[in-house]
Amino acid sequence: MRIDLFSFLATLVKIAAVMGGLLSVPAAMNWVERRVSAWIQDRVGPNRVGPFGLFQPLADALKFFMKEDIVPGHVHKAVYILAPAAAVTAALTAFSVIPFGPTLTLFGREIALVIADVNVGVLLTLAATSMGVYGIVMAGWSSNNKFSLMGGLRSSAQLISYELAMGLAVISVLAMSDTLRLTLIVEQQGRLWNVFLNPIGALIFMIGSFAETNRAPFDLPEAESELVAGYHTEYSSMKFTMFFMAEYVNMATSAALFTTLFLGGWHLPIPGIEGHLSGNLLAVAGILSFCLKVAAYMFFFVWVRWTLPRFRYDQLMNLGWKVLIPLAFANIFLIGGLVALGVPGWGGQG
Amino acid sequence: MEVLVFMVVATVAVVSAMVVLLHKNPVIGALFLVTNLVCIAVLYLLLDAQFLAAIQVIVYAGAIMVLILFVIMLLSLKREEGIHAGSAQRFFGALAATGFVALIVRGILPISWRVASVRSDFGTAEFIGRRLFSQYFYPFEMISLVLLVAMAGAVVLAKKKL
Repeated sequence: MRIDLFSFLATLVKIAAVMGGLLSVPAAMNWVERRVSAWIQDRVGPNRVGPFGLFQPLADALKFFMKEDIVPGHVHKAVYILAPAAAVTAALTAFSVIPFGPTLTLFGREIALVIADVNVGVLLTLAATSMGVYGIVMAGWSSNNKFSLMGGLRSSAQLISYELAMGLAVISVLAMSDTLRLTLIVEQQGRLWNVFLNPIGALIFMIGSFAETNRAPFDLPEAESELVAGYHTEYSSMKFTMFFMAEYVNMATSAALFTTLFLGGWHLPIPGIEGHLSGNLLAVAGILSFCLKVAAYMFFFVWVRWTLPRFRYDQLMNLGWKVLIPLAFANIFLIGGLVALGVPGWGGQG
Repeated sequence: MEVLVFMVVATVAVVSAMVVLLHKNPVIGALFLVTNLVCIAVLYLLLDAQFLAAIQVIVYAGAIMVLILFVIMLLSLKREEGIHAGSAQRFFGALAATGFVALIVRGILPISWRVASVRSDFGTAEFIGRRLFSQYFYPFEMISLVLLVAMAGAVVLAKKKL
């Protein structure tokens, strides 16, 4: 395959757009998280900096930049410094294979709105998210502090436990779609989203995505009532901010993956409307629809965090191993059976 | 381009493998083993085996190494205990190592170094899946049975009271 200048530039622009979008997620979510938590708790929330407090994230970012960057004397320096970078890198990688829109036509050329359309797309996202735990484990261990270490330990145990259930939920989707290519999985959902065809898989994947991003009610690695701040206790200034960014980018990636696998990706939520839109109008509408779905899922993340209390550790393990994994296996048999019997809607896609 | 990538990745793989062996700190060793496994995944990619590469990262770098790190951190091994080897031990150790290297060289030498052509679907999930569930069906199922038995055995051994 020859790489010409046009597709090279197009890819560069796509990477820049996705990176820009992803890196602005933490700032936006910082505001959303605080305003929504205030709303849920019947408070006002940040409302002083700019209209509705919209510039609060900028003020916060400035504050983080100005803080002293402390490297405690008792840490393992190399690992300590690498850990935040590892967390952010892993978080950003997974997004490269997620399609965020249909094809766009510019200057007579078609551009697929996905950075890399590889044929093992689903596996690549799973691989990238499974590497995300190293940032936390490295931070927890190198801090040389028992609270941090406990946070790192919990995180690795939690990730292993929920990754399995999540992977099994993905397998049930793959059984329906008959491909590992994310763009094809999205295309197949043009008529009916997978969340309606495979509700149990969607539920398991959703719970798994909360556990993988260490979001409440699965935020045990940083449970402040037990572990001070868990794995990032010893981090300050921009290094702390990078963990903060990694968490929100991970949320965005999980939301995008859920949207792709279960919510029809860029497909518009109103049936039959896509026939009336053509070409680039459909592309723009698709991107908007994708962003909207991701945003809705992110809002759901915040909503759950301020509604549910944190799990106890044994509850977390019981839920993962004794409920979700058997359920995921049962779901594979259910979906597999429907596909094998060729029930319209499940088997009729191939 | 391919040769350049191979050179860089292979060097990193070999160096990280040496660090795994030589570093005194088990956590650092484990982290370098992760690096090594990811490098091997890139080598698989160069061989057009995308499925293997992805599985390598998910299973080995992502899952098994997390478990190994978990155990190392749980036991909080600070430093490797100094190994006290007698001269007899050293002698036989060196002998065994030399013999092992000789065996490997013996295995590598007869290989002809022509570049083999591969089918276009080599390394894809479909290709591997079809082979596993047709040609290699019985070995594949036997391995899963063996693993299941091993797992049950480990649980029984670890938990005296069930």
